[in-house]
Amino acid sequence: MMIQAPASPAPPRRLSFEWLGVAPFIIFALMFLAFPTLYLLAGAFIGRDGQFTFDNIAALFTDQIIAAYWISIRISGASAILGAAIGLAMALAIIRGRLPAPLRAAVMTFSGVASNFAGVPLAFAFIATLGRLGLVTIILKTVFGLDIYRSGFNLLSFWGLTLTYLYFQIPLMVLIIAPAIDGLKKEWSEAAQILGATPWQFWRYIGLPILWPSVLGTLSLLFANAFGAIATAYGLTGSSLNIVPILLYAQIRGDALQNPGLGAALALGMVLITACANIIYLVISARSERWMK
Amino acid sequence: MKQNRFWAWVVFLAGAAYFVVPLAATFEFSLRMRRDYYSFDSYASVFSDPAFQATFSYSVVIGLFAIVMGIVVVVPAVYFVRLRMPWLRPFMEFVTLLPLIIPAIILVYGYIRLYNSSSIIPFTGSALGTDILLVFAYVTLALPYTYRAVDTGMRTIDVQTLTEAAQIAGANTVQIITSIILPNILVAVLSGAFLTFAIVIGEFTIASLLNRPAFGPYLQNIGANRAYEPAALAIISFIITWGAMGMINVLGRFAPRTSARTD
Repeated sequence: MMIQAPASPAPPRRLSFEWLGVAPFIIFALMFLAFPTLYLLAGAFIGRDGQFTFDNIAALFTDQIIAAYWISIRISGASAILGAAIGLAMALAIIRGRLPAPLRAAVMTFSGVASNFAGVPLAFAFIATLGRLGLVTIILKTVFGLDIYRSGFNLLSFWGLTLTYLYFQIPLMVLIIAPAIDGLKKEWSEAAQILGATPWQFWRYIGLPILWPSVLGTLSLLFANAFGAIATAYGLTGSSLNIVPILLYAQIRGDALQNPGLGAALALGMVLITACANIIYLVISARSERWMK
Repeated sequence: MKQNRFWAWVVFLAGAAYFVVPLAATFEFSLRMRRDYYSFDSYASVFSDPAFQATFSYSVVIGLFAIVMGIVVVVPAVYFVRLRMPWLRPFMEFVTLLPLIIPAIILVYGYIRLYNSSSIIPFTGSALGTDILLVFAYVTLALPYTYRAVDTGMRTIDVQTLTEAAQIAGANTVQIITSIILPNILVAVLSGAFLTFAIVIGEFTIASLLNRPAFGPYLQNIGANRAYEPAALAIISFIITWGAMGMINVLGRFAPRTSARTD
């Protein structure tokens, strides 16, 4: 280039233009994310008389609410751990298992669909499958003579809900972990093989340790995903199952706990738990990116 | 390594069974409305239900507004942050992750408390106000996906050069965004739009707590009161989700493969 154009100082008008462009986003984030959440969570520390108090937090420690948190944590934990393990196995199978290539594309597409197929329709699907009149229930009873409901299974229970949640947890795991598995370089397994490692040794000492941060990180994302989910549970059980989101739903609907401050405290507990899970995810995923160059 | 491949098949087939059986069972269940033979009566019953038509079109309209508002909120912000204010990026990344951390039920609880009929901005005081609130709630739900789609799209084009060229040609900022940037990231924006649509169309929690006649609450209501229609609705919802995701896949093939200037 022959002539360098002198860097013209930006006219002051442009600065306001920039802010004008970003302003809708910032106003939106304040109005529909920050203010409502902070206002709600602050309500957890305000008593009926309008004064600052810890009474609402203390009131969380009743049997019903503790039980609700406990079963929510168990369902979220179980569906996250099982979802991560099964999702990892499936992703490994389609990427590293030398299955026909079109299978991989099909599984990835299906995962995109199934991970978004949560909520009320998913509940319907599982009622039609494993409900009292569901196809699988009936086939097991008439063909194999196994009455799963008589032997203690119930769709509206810990295992029923976990099994249903897996329908969106496993695909989410497949979607998130697939790029990490793609990042495992071919040279690594070849090098290990040349040095005499068995496939088991390769996964034990090289593959899994590299994938581990991604797996742990996704695990916490899956946990938060299940913990905040309500539509699937509500579609399955109505309000009969005592998990935290459903308790909160009942509180918003009709002040079921007879104390708005307690509702806010319940919400605060949920945000703290999902925030913890996500902070773990962010920290671990930042660490695991070192291997993905 | 033969064993390896054997286990891969076992895992794949077991997984496929878990995912296909509920769909097959639901489809079979949806055909059982007549006592003696299979029929599509439950689907006919669903489609002829005026409440289905009303709630479904309501959700489609709300979804379209949410898509448009999402683009209006996100595209200029991402554009200016890329072009002039890169120091705002971490802030944007953080904000757009928040909807994944804050469950939808908490957001809507906050809206109901903050924007009730006696507040400064009484969104929930009127039907129209609540509709607007619902649109913005859905923009919030879809924000992580819209932002990432737009950001990825913007990364594949050379924002700097396009902007300079347009400025030399005499375009103003609004023209640059609407007729230069937007068409160039159209594929990414549309992917975000279809994902938004898939999330919004059957959403239950927010619509139900804001008391709006949307498709999600309708689904729940049918589930509580009917036997075979819910199965038909589950199949219909699955096909809609599949359609939205399929569109994203198709669009992906048209995505530009150029890379941005690296200076």
